[in-house]
Amino acid sequence: MTGPTSRIEMPGQLLNLRSVSAAYGKGQVLWDVAFDLNKGDSATVLGRNGVGKTTLMKTIMGQLPVSGGHIYWHGDEVTAMKAHQRSRAGIGFVPQGRHVFPHLTVRENLEVGLSALSRPGFSGAKKVPDMVFDLFPKLTQIANRKAGVLSGGEQQQLAIGRALAGQPELLLLDEPTEGIQPNIVQQIEDALLRVRTELGVAILIVEQNLDFAWSFAERFFVMQRGCIVKEGRTASTPPDAVASLIHV
Amino acid sequence: MDTAFLTGQLFNGFSVASLYILAALGLALSFGLMRVINMAHGEILMLGSYIAYLTMLVVPGPAGILVAMVMAFLGAGLFGAVLETGLVSKLTARPLDTLLATWGVSLIMQQGARDLFGATGVSVQAPAWLDGGITLGSLDLPMTRLFILLVAILVLLGMAAILRFTRIGLLVRAVNQDRPTAAAMGVNVRLVDCFVFSLGAGVAGLGGVVLALLGPVTPNVGQSYIVTAFLVVILGGLGSILGTTYAALMIGLFMALSQIVVDVSFAQVLTLVFVIIFLQFRPQGVIAVKSRALDGE
Repeated sequence: MTGPTSRIEMPGQLLNLRSVSAAYGKGQVLWDVAFDLNKGDSATVLGRNGVGKTTLMKTIMGQLPVSGGHIYWHGDEVTAMKAHQRSRAGIGFVPQGRHVFPHLTVRENLEVGLSALSRPGFSGAKKVPDMVFDLFPKLTQIANRKAGVLSGGEQQQLAIGRALAGQPELLLLDEPTEGIQPNIVQQIEDALLRVRTELGVAILIVEQNLDFAWSFAERFFVMQRGCIVKEGRTASTPPDAVASLIHV
Repeated sequence: MDTAFLTGQLFNGFSVASLYILAALGLALSFGLMRVINMAHGEILMLGSYIAYLTMLVVPGPAGILVAMVMAFLGAGLFGAVLETGLVSKLTARPLDTLLATWGVSLIMQQGARDLFGATGVSVQAPAWLDGGITLGSLDLPMTRLFILLVAILVLLGMAAILRFTRIGLLVRAVNQDRPTAAAMGVNVRLVDCFVFSLGAGVAGLGGVVLALLGPVTPNVGQSYIVTAFLVVILGGLGSILGTTYAALMIGLFMALSQIVVDVSFAQVLTLVFVIIFLQFRPQGVIAVKSRALDGE
């Protein structure tokens, strides 16, 4: 499946990676990564620091070009597409460290997220969907505050809300619980469960917190040195079985 | 020293500052957003001046200058869009090459103007309603200078309104704060770059019209303002509208007021010294722009 096809037929599948490699300059970080995600899937990417998890997310989003391999979205090759085109195609992104726009208000941040709706079927949608405020009621209260002054938990909710404003079919989240206090982690977990069950959005999440990952994801991928070394279903694998691959 | 003279010099300072605002705003915007140093910016001013000259040949009379401003804004803006798409955007990963390439464009444009209009320069006749001035007590304020001041104020207000209240303005601010994330949210950052570059060129075109009211239009007209414009951008803090405005006012007023005691060329030397000393104490400029573009990726 590594040939230069522009389309692959995989009914029901959303995202397919085929021997994807990526590099920063001459330093290769991803080596022949391949996996498939179906519509409505929830999967988690696990691994120690520096194994390429964030690079994988950036590569799927198009923030970093691949140095080899192919990425398919709904069966169509998107390897050469730019980040904004992939976003408009339906991939939502919550980057590591949240990356809210610090000098924009919460509402403005969400409105930037509407840019992803510049795709067929959504033309003219210029309002942040109520669903975002329904999932994160806090955002209504702080709508006019600058994002840069918010707490980490509020920023994380905003970053997820901003990605959801673009009504994605797949949501990529890079360590959404990092540095967030436990009660907010619970809120984020609840919200993401609703995103999946009520909105049918597939989720791919990079996570260090095994409990969070297991309570949430149905499938897991473990990465080491830029490769996927183990994958499986969380229901049939106890977290302890992968802990040694993740923790130092 | 008599007050009327001092007030007159203050007024001159504001009017010179207005020119610098028009000349520097586009530079500041494109540098702030794209880290591009456009060496052809002075020639975009010149382009605006010649568009004004040509327009007023076709549309003489009192409204000519207003038509000229619209034409210069659109013409220079269009030129900016072509320059950005055809050249600057191809070199974004190589800032030094952008500098050289736009310098080349500036040389071509100067020579082009020389071939088309001659080296001696042409003059634009200000309409009758810009003749004379307003007298306040012993103070005589020339209409052209007041007009320039008004244009600069309107441009600043317009620019602030675009950035603050429009959708494209929101996207410009987002890209300025975090380019890769804006792209991942579906913002076409290339289009935003092109818009900003083109808008900045349009404003420079307006600056060119104003320059044409003050003196003859020559192929080198942009060169005499571009150095000060760069100075304004650096002093202002590289890329902020407010910083650029403050810096233009500081430099304009400093030049005008120092001319009370020294001659013009020495005033320029003093201004340069002033900027150097200022940056020694505040290297980030008047307003520090917190842009992620500075962090790199």
